[in-house]
Amino acid sequence: MTAQPRMPIESGCPDGIQYMHPLMVRNFGDWKYHDRPRPGVLHHVAYSGDEIWTVRVGTQRQLGPYEINLLCDIIDKYADGHVRFTIRSNMEIMVDKREKVGPLVQALNDAGYPVGGTGNSVTMISHTQGWLHCDIPGTDASGVVKALMDELYQEFIHEDMPNRVHITTSCCQINCGGQGDVAINIQHTKPPKINHDLVANICERPSVVARCPVAAIRPAIVNGKPSLEVDEKKCICCGACYPPCPPMQINDPEHSKLAIWVGGKNSNARSKPMFHKLVAAGIPNNPPRWPEAAAIVKKILRVYKEDAKDWERVGDWVERIGWPRFFELTELPFTKFHIDNWRGSRYTLNASAHIRF
Amino acid sequence: MAQSQPKDPERHASYLPTEKRSTKPFHPTPMLDQLETGPWPSFVTGLKRLAHNNNMMVDLLGQLEHSYKTRLGYWKGGTVSVFGYGGGIIPRFSEVADKFPESKEFHTLRVQPPAGNHYTTKILRRLSDSWNKYGSGLIAFHGQTGNIMFIGATTENTQRFFDEINEYGFDLGGAGPCVRTAQSCVGSARCEQSNCNEHRIHRTLVNDFIDDMHRPALPYKFKFKVSGCPNDCVNSIQRSDFAVIGTWRDDMQVDQAEVKAFVAGKGRKYVIDNVVARCPTKALSLNDDDTLAVDNRNCVRCMHCINVMTRALKPGKDKGVTILIGGKRTLKIGDTFGTVVVPFMKLDTDADYEKLKKLAHNVIDFWAENGLEHERCGEMIERIGLVNFLEGIGLEVDPNMIVHPRTGSYVRMDGWDAEVERLKQAKTG
Repeated sequence: MTAQPRMPIESGCPDGIQYMHPLMVRNFGDWKYHDRPRPGVLHHVAYSGDEIWTVRVGTQRQLGPYEINLLCDIIDKYADGHVRFTIRSNMEIMVDKREKVGPLVQALNDAGYPVGGTGNSVTMISHTQGWLHCDIPGTDASGVVKALMDELYQEFIHEDMPNRVHITTSCCQINCGGQGDVAINIQHTKPPKINHDLVANICERPSVVARCPVAAIRPAIVNGKPSLEVDEKKCICCGACYPPCPPMQINDPEHSKLAIWVGGKNSNARSKPMFHKLVAAGIPNNPPRWPEAAAIVKKILRVYKEDAKDWERVGDWVERIGWPRFFELTELPFTKFHIDNWRGSRYTLNASAHIRF
Repeated sequence: MAQSQPKDPERHASYLPTEKRSTKPFHPTPMLDQLETGPWPSFVTGLKRLAHNNNMMVDLLGQLEHSYKTRLGYWKGGTVSVFGYGGGIIPRFSEVADKFPESKEFHTLRVQPPAGNHYTTKILRRLSDSWNKYGSGLIAFHGQTGNIMFIGATTENTQRFFDEINEYGFDLGGAGPCVRTAQSCVGSARCEQSNCNEHRIHRTLVNDFIDDMHRPALPYKFKFKVSGCPNDCVNSIQRSDFAVIGTWRDDMQVDQAEVKAFVAGKGRKYVIDNVVARCPTKALSLNDDDTLAVDNRNCVRCMHCINVMTRALKPGKDKGVTILIGGKRTLKIGDTFGTVVVPFMKLDTDADYEKLKKLAHNVIDFWAENGLEHERCGEMIERIGLVNFLEGIGLEVDPNMIVHPRTGSYVRMDGWDAEVERLKQAKTG
């Protein structure tokens, strides 16, 4: 008789309080104000008079035992043994005394880890798995991020942008990286290439047909086998059919391009949350350092830094100066592809005589 | 960019061991090698350190280089889970296992982090040790949904690793059509702008749906996210089906002495340009004595002025939450942000939390019943209309749910009188 399998303990999401810095537990819900003594450092003061300093560290997100132990050794030696992560993979190390901040920052820098990403900096890029682990990626994630963060290192460790800049990358049009002030996303430009020998065995055909946003897929018999065919005139090359049906390969070394989008914003501050908008496409997917995409991102950030006013996020800035000026300043071509024709898109057209000259 | 020589090369992000314990020779990786230069810590160097220890990572690096060369991905999904669960693991089988056999199975376990992503160094080391024993050693803190991603294990070892960490308090998150791992901001733990107990909300919601997380049986994914204020640091309006955002309904707290100090330090022009003029509803003005006048009835709780004047301004004291439903990204109908369904609710007592749970159950039950396959909750709302959705989950309409009333006249209104009467009764009754 075989042993009974161990059944899981369905404990769900663990209580964070057990791992939290004791000073944060003590002052939970009772904080008075905060300030930022230097880039990468936050200082919070509680009504009790307690103070806590947070040092924000950029990481490579994918950490192994060497990195984890290296960082933990530093935290144990120079801080209080408690950390948290932001949703953009920055590590936050909390200390209960101002005097601990300097040596901690120094130790992190000495170990090759940048301190920054607070306030009006370009913080860490939120990204996905890419070629390292995803089943449908058109490009890599960690590599694009490493290449870009090398270029934006100074912008990470300083706070000299008009407001915070959140960059995101996504390896397919599902856009797992999310909305960004600047988003670098795969944009497929050719319909899927179908391996008709495999479709019947691998794909649940009706659900693939249902997945297509433009009803361009229909069942067909190809080479005597049940398969699927794509009306290539209708196809918008979005890749939605590829995850449920891997024989419908959408990724292409040449035709899967990068597109850049700007003005996404999740916060409600000033304006309501905004989606990012297309500004550049047709950019080669060029590993290992994606120089063409990096050049456009840097150009956009340079113009934003020069032209935007304090506290304007990229989207706020473009709303003030208008899209014609954005394309003029960034010298990016405005094309027919920038004009949305998806359902509900009519509101994106200018129905007024408001024109800037 | 020039890199200075590390002080202690053995304790540095660029360190590579001299001793190679993995038995398989390294594949040449000329493209990945180019990602080892530059000032940002290199994940490639990290992968190479792991490849010094295990053959799985030797072949993983080989496959990744192959992807860089050919510009294609080579992972396929499958079915892998632990006893008792249907989800939580992302199975990955290599399509190029003939070339890179050691990493032919390279599954990820999605594990729920503690609410607020708090850790001690002790628990981080413990998780890392467990993973080093059964998996590749590589951990992503965190994936975009919010999971700790333990990347790279064989089918056999997923169970062993899970059993070990499950014994010390960690559980799998969601994968597939199910309730997913949630996220909450640092909130009350360290932020004066917080308006709610993000931890409690996060754990109340997600741990009440643990069956729907571990046994995928919903139309599609469903995400909860909790932000303590409208700065929405966890991007809940865009990235979750059920967004809970802290807010307040009384007057914001103003410390006029601190306002004066701020004006004295920054100057009137700065305050007018960056605080007063940036208020989206013109609810602020600077008085002649350098104090701030606030029209609280027209403040929309956007947080901007509070973000600028962190010492002088704070949310009010009558705190609660706003709830929005239906945020998601492009597939299939295009992007949707969440829509307000509860403009304000208190979350102080156990009874308040029961109400929140009940609402979440109503939403998920109604969507499970009425959503089409692979249709997110927000897409269903788009298809059936907000009013039908509200009726389905038992909420009344409220003008806070819209930007403006309808502009088109194509609607049947023969029930108008009865509806007005019903609302009147509901109000007085």
